[in-house]
Amino acid sequence: MIEVKELTKFFGKTLAVDHLTFTVRPGAVTGFLGPNGAGKSTTMRMILGLDNPSTGIALIDGKRYAELHQPMTRVGSLLDANWIHPNRSARAHLRWMARANGIKEHRVQQVLDLVGLTEVAGKAAGQFSLGMKQRLGLAGALLGDPEVLLFDEPVNGLDPEGILWIRTFMRRLAAQGRTVLVSSHLLSEMAQTADHLIVIGRGRLIADSSTREFISAATRSTVLVRSPRAGELQQLMHRNGWSVQAQDGALVVSDTPIEQIGDLAAASGIPLHELSPQSGSLEQAFMQLTGESAQYASHWDPGSPPTGGVTDPYAMAGALPAGAVPAGAVPGPPAGPITGTVTGAAPGTMPGAVSTTGPAPTDPDGM
Amino acid sequence: MTLLSVERIKLFSTRSPYWCLASILAAALLFALLMGTIEGGRQATTYLSQTGLQIGMIVFMVLAALAVTTEYRFGTIRVSFLAVPRRPNVLIAKTVLLVVLAAVAALVCSFAAFFLTKALASPEVPLTLSSGDDWRMVVGHTALFALAAVIAVAVGTLIRQSAGAITILLVWPLLLENLVQLIPKVGRDIHNWMPFTAAANFVSPGPNAQVFGQALQAGGPTAVQGLLVFAATAVVLWAAALLVLLRRDA
Repeated sequence: MIEVKELTKFFGKTLAVDHLTFTVRPGAVTGFLGPNGAGKSTTMRMILGLDNPSTGIALIDGKRYAELHQPMTRVGSLLDANWIHPNRSARAHLRWMARANGIKEHRVQQVLDLVGLTEVAGKAAGQFSLGMKQRLGLAGALLGDPEVLLFDEPVNGLDPEGILWIRTFMRRLAAQGRTVLVSSHLLSEMAQTADHLIVIGRGRLIADSSTREFISAATRSTVLVRSPRAGELQQLMHRNGWSVQAQDGALVVSDTPIEQIGDLAAASGIPLHELSPQSGSLEQAFMQLTGESAQYASHWDPGSPPTGGVTDPYAMAGALPAGAVPAGAVPGPPAGPITGTVTGAAPGTMPGAVSTTGPAPTDPDGM
Repeated sequence: MTLLSVERIKLFSTRSPYWCLASILAAALLFALLMGTIEGGRQATTYLSQTGLQIGMIVFMVLAALAVTTEYRFGTIRVSFLAVPRRPNVLIAKTVLLVVLAAVAALVCSFAAFFLTKALASPEVPLTLSSGDDWRMVVGHTALFALAAVIAVAVGTLIRQSAGAITILLVWPLLLENLVQLIPKVGRDIHNWMPFTAAANFVSPGPNAQVFGQALQAGGPTAVQGLLVFAATAVVLWAAALLVLLRRDA
């Protein structure tokens, strides 16, 4: 369990973390979410004793990190995969960490096997790709078989396969009853990984709730319907007591399973030209929550689509390479707001489009 | 002990220490060779056989500073503090390891240099380790290397950047201490008491000795005073480094 109490950090006169208080519980993946510069990394560094808090305290199982005996057997962390000496082999990198924490030598081989680096363990870590460095960092975090794990932006810059692998790994660690805190600036990524969310902006706590609650509060799932006989259909829906709005010649239906809408149209013999779940408002909701608190706001307005966001999935998909239609655009079970992600939905199909950093106006997930 | 072996793994799992140690030995032997062969070996003395050790000590300081600054350069210092959150222990372990390595390197190199020059020297000027001064001029390098390692670790910790730390460690003994002589009137006296100049007195034959027919500088600290000046410098810098390390964000 990680307890953060009234944690505050000034860098000179800049307030990076502002009286932050939250608790991270075992047995779940807790997402630590916020825009770039929100203070996520600083908070994690203070939890791990790398940065000294200006005021407040961060405790792990009731103790400060510096007070832990052989800390790597209690807390594993991966803050930056590049924290390796380029001429040192992966095995040597893990060996000295193991030695410092009284971890048996054979455990080094175990974690190398675990992350799939056994074959390159003797190679200088500087030759590793980013994905391999992330795996080495993960091996280091798992070295002491710790109960508490912290990861800072672990999927940044990874290809879809790597993202899926890390995500699966974190879920498995939490399922084993460990405390897992993962930071990210991507709500879509966290929505697939985290059970609980701690959202911060400009160093302040914005939300501390379960992922499901956060998302349902932040978004309403809607279905877009296009039909040449839209008026008729709308009347039918009204009669069923569904919440429906006409919008640019189409209908937007709220809080109704997509199957029921299709069935209704079929039963009435009304042809449909489009029936698609809308999920793009997830990132928008996040933007609204944290937008004011983003540290470096762009003053350039890319000219958002008239309906704002992703009411027309094809308009959005057109900006992506062919074949890159998000899986979520295919009508499926009641719009899980998280299905519309490019990053995790289609591993291996379009690594080039997986931009997890920086704002890209046309990319619904690239917040 | 555990932390010492941690630092040992870290140091010897990179390449630069091997290069530095090899070049220290090479410098020691090269100058010993030179001093043993000049004028058919008739100029050889115990003092001159150790000429390469002065350069060797500076190379060792580079090695020791790099052991700290590369950790900052590549961010591994943070991993070090995650593995060992009590930061003084990290600095102590690093310092002790490098002090021991420095002493061993100096011992090996100084004796190797002495015996090489001795073997080459003309029979007219036999090199012996008979007096206390003879021993001091050879084994004394062990103490100087050890203290130089402490200074280099401290400077590396304070500066954190390889280029900056190495520049300081080169400019200070090779240039700065000599420039002090240019100060009118007191320059000469200050120069004699500057740490590296004073330290050199610990391994020099003494104020009345002649090298290549020229008298060594008179005045300044005695051998033991020189060592103490050097040791005091090391202690002050190291304490400053520890203080900064504790207060700074990693």
